[in-house]
Amino acid sequence: MTDTIIYAARKIITMNPSRPVASHVAVRGDRILAVGDLAELDTWGDYKLDETFADKILMPGLVEGHAHKSEGTFWRNVYCGYFDRADPDGKVWEGATTIETVLDRLKEADAQLDDPEAPLFGWSLDPIYMDNTRVTRADLDTVSTTRPIGVLHASGHIMNANTRALELGGYLKTGINHPGIPLGTDGLPTGELFSPEVMTPVAALVGFDRAKADGDEKGLWDFGRLCVRTGVTTVTDLAARLEPDGVEAMLKVTGDNRYPTCVVPLKAFMGATAAETVDRAVELKGMSSDRLRLGKIKAFADGSIQGFSARMRWPGYHNGAPNGLWYTAPEQLAELYRLALAASVQVHTHTNGDEATEMVLDTLGPALMEVPSPDHRFTLQHCQLADAAQFRRMNKLGMCVNLFANHHFYWGDEHYRLTVGPERALRMNACRTALDTGVPMSIHSDAPITPLGPLFTAWCAVNRITASGRTQGEYEKINVAEALYAITIGAAYTLHMDDEVGSIEVGKKADFAVLEDDPTEIGGENLKDIRVWGTVQGGRIFCAADL
Amino acid sequence: MTPPLPVTVIGGYLGSGKTTMVNHLLRHADGLRLAVLVNEFGELAIDEDLIEAEDDDIISIAGGCVCCSFGSDLTGALLEMAQLDPRPDHLLIESSGVAIPSAIVGSVSLLDGYRVDGIVILADAETVQMNAQSKYMSDTVLRQLSDANIIVLNKTDLVAKSELSETISWLKQQNPNVGILDAQHGVVPPQAVLDSFLEKPASSGRYHHTQNLEMTTLIPDNPCDVEGLAQHLASDAHGLIRAKGFATSLTGQKMLIQVVGNRWDISDAPDHRADGIVCLGYKGEALQSASLAT
Repeated sequence: MTDTIIYAARKIITMNPSRPVASHVAVRGDRILAVGDLAELDTWGDYKLDETFADKILMPGLVEGHAHKSEGTFWRNVYCGYFDRADPDGKVWEGATTIETVLDRLKEADAQLDDPEAPLFGWSLDPIYMDNTRVTRADLDTVSTTRPIGVLHASGHIMNANTRALELGGYLKTGINHPGIPLGTDGLPTGELFSPEVMTPVAALVGFDRAKADGDEKGLWDFGRLCVRTGVTTVTDLAARLEPDGVEAMLKVTGDNRYPTCVVPLKAFMGATAAETVDRAVELKGMSSDRLRLGKIKAFADGSIQGFSARMRWPGYHNGAPNGLWYTAPEQLAELYRLALAASVQVHTHTNGDEATEMVLDTLGPALMEVPSPDHRFTLQHCQLADAAQFRRMNKLGMCVNLFANHHFYWGDEHYRLTVGPERALRMNACRTALDTGVPMSIHSDAPITPLGPLFTAWCAVNRITASGRTQGEYEKINVAEALYAITIGAAYTLHMDDEVGSIEVGKKADFAVLEDDPTEIGGENLKDIRVWGTVQGGRIFCAADL
Repeated sequence: MTPPLPVTVIGGYLGSGKTTMVNHLLRHADGLRLAVLVNEFGELAIDEDLIEAEDDDIISIAGGCVCCSFGSDLTGALLEMAQLDPRPDHLLIESSGVAIPSAIVGSVSLLDGYRVDGIVILADAETVQMNAQSKYMSDTVLRQLSDANIIVLNKTDLVAKSELSETISWLKQQNPNVGILDAQHGVVPPQAVLDSFLEKPASSGRYHHTQNLEMTTLIPDNPCDVEGLAQHLASDAHGLIRAKGFATSLTGQKMLIQVVGNRWDISDAPDHRADGIVCLGYKGEALQSASLAT
C-alpha cells in the first residue's frame, strides 16, 4: 500500500524554524506526513517518489488575508489599469498608460460586441498616474454613444460614465447639485461619479452589482485560478453578504474537487444588528467545509484615505479636507465585540485613519474586560496610519494587524503630497513598528483594488518603493524573512488557521506554493519577479500553465 | 404625470428615538401609505402589533404601509421603492445613527421621481449635549443637528424644565433657523413632521397630538413675491414648523410653496389652485395671518 507520495524539490522553505530547509516532503492524502531528506522520510514506509518539483522551490501555500472575490469577477470586463496585470487565463494585459490607450482598449471591446446597446464596463482606471487627467463622458462617447459605458477607477471610489449611461441612469439633466457629480459648462454632468452611492444607477446598468457577487460561480472559479497563478492556497473574501443563496453557490464551487483554494469569506457587519450578525456567523461557522471556512465577521469603522472618508486624528488631512465618515458607531461596535467575544466569533475591523484605529482600541478594551478572551485575535484591517503608541495598545489587547503594504506602492506618492503629508506618509503601513511592538502582523493586496500576489506584497513591505520610484519610510521596512513569514504563518495566524496552514511541517495541510525562483536567494529587490509555477492545495497539484 | 414622491430623512444619533417616532407615525398614518426605509432590520425596527406580514426584504404594516431595509445601498433601495405598486404616499428614510443626513438628501435629490420634504433630526434631551462633546462622535452629531430642518427634541420628560430651555437655546446656537418640536416617547404631531399630512382634512382626529401647536391659513397678496414669501416663512420670525400652499407670482404663475423649518421650496403649480398657505406653528408665537404676511 503506497498512499504516501514523497515530493523531491530543489529546496523546501518550510517556515518551521526547527527544520527551516529540506529536500523532500512526504504527503499522505491532503496532509504533510513528514519533511526532511529522503532517508528521514523513508522511515515512514512505502512511498511513491514524485520528481515533478525536482527543480522547483516549495514554500508553504501563500495566505492572502485581505482580498475580495471580485478580483475574479472583474476580469470579464475591460482592464483599464496603468500597470501590467495577469488575468485568470494567465494573459498579461499591458498597462494602459495614457487615456488614449484606455479608450483604444474600450474601442476594441466595443467592436467585439454585436448588440450596439449592450453595456461595457471597464475597471482599474487610475488617472493619478496620468497627471490626474480628467476623463469625461465626451471621451467615452468616442467609444460608443449607443451603449452605456462605465469605467471604475482602481480605488473603487470613482466611476466614469458615457452620455448614454448617464441618460439611462437618469443623470443627464441640468440642475443637479451634488458634490459627487461635477457639472460641465453646459450644466450637465461631466460623467465623473464620485462615491459608491452616486455610482449605483450607472453601475447597475453596466453589470457592476456588488450584491450579486456571492452567487457568481464563474467569478469564484476565476478567483481560484488567480490564486494558483500567485501561489495562494488560502484566500479571504473580506467581506461578503453571505445570504443563503450565495453561501450555497460558494459551497458548491469550493466543494468541487478541482477547486484549487481554501476560501475564507467574512460576513459583513452591515444592514443587520450586532446580535443578528453574530447569530448568523455562528450558524455559518457550522456550515463550513474543508475549502470554505465561514463564521467570521468583518466590521467597518471608517472609509478610505484617498477618498477622504477615513477618520483622522488631529491635524487631519494634509490638504485641509474635512474629517471623514464613521461607518459604524462606537456603541454598535462595542455591542458587536461583546457578543462576538462571548460567542467565540472572530471580528476583523476595517480602519484606515488613525482616529478609527483609536476608536476600535478604545472599544475593544472594555469589551475584553467584560468578556475575557485570551486568544481572540481580533484583527485590524488596513490600519494604515497607526502610530507606535497604537501598535503598543494592539499588543496589550491581543490584537493582530493586517497592513496594506501594496497601498504604499500604488498611492504612497499621493499620500505624501496630498492626503496625509510627508511625516505620516513615511510611517504608513508601519510593518517594522508592528513587529517590534509584538503585534502579530500580515500584509495584503485588498485585491482587486491592487492585484492579488503575496510575493509582490512582500516586495512592497521590504522595499517601500512608491510608483514614482522613491523609497518612502526607510525605517518601516522589514526583511525578506519577516515578509515571507507575514504572507504565510503571519496571515494564517490572523485567521486562526496557523495550526493547519502557513508552514510545511508534519500534520499540516499539504499546501505549497511552487516557485521557479528562491525568494531567500533572489534578493529583496527582486521578490516581485519570482516566477510562480503553481500550487499544491490539500495534496492536489495545480499547474498554472495547465489551468 | 405622477407628482414626485415626497421623502423625509429621519436622522439623529443612536438612542435618540428615531425608531420610536417612526412607529408613532406608522400608528397614526391614518390612511396615508407610508413607506419606511431603515438602515437595518433590527429586532425592534417595527412594533410587532403593526406588522401584518414579513419576509426577508419587506415588512407589510397595517394600513398599507411598508418597511424595507437598505443596508449599504440606499440608492438601490430607492430605485426599488419607485417600483412599489401601489405607490406609497410618502417615503421615510430612517438613517443610521452615524449617517450625515445632507449626504442622504444629496443621493435622493439625484433621482427622478422623488422630492425631498425635509430632514428631521431627533435629539435626546438628556444626552444630546453630551454626545455633541464625545471624543469620536462630536462632529458627526453636530453635523446632523446643523443639517436639520426640524429638530425633534425627544425624551423631554427626563429632564428638568430649566435644563430643557437651556438645551433648546443650545440647539438654536447650533442651527439658528431650525424648527424645534419637543416630544416624549417620539410622540409628535404627524402633520408637523411630514408634509403629506398637511394636505389631509383636519377632521379625522389626527390633531390630538398637537400639544401647543396651532394651524392657520395665510392668504397671500395676489400677485406676490413668492420666493420672498417662502424665505420669510422659513425664517425664524414666527416659530413656524411647516407651511404649504399656493400663491400667485408677480408674473401670474401659480406656485406651490413648501416650508419645513428652515427649508423652503417653490415650484410651478396648476392654475386652478386657490391661493392660500396652511401654516403650522407654536401657539402664542404670533402665528397670525396678518403678521405672517410680508
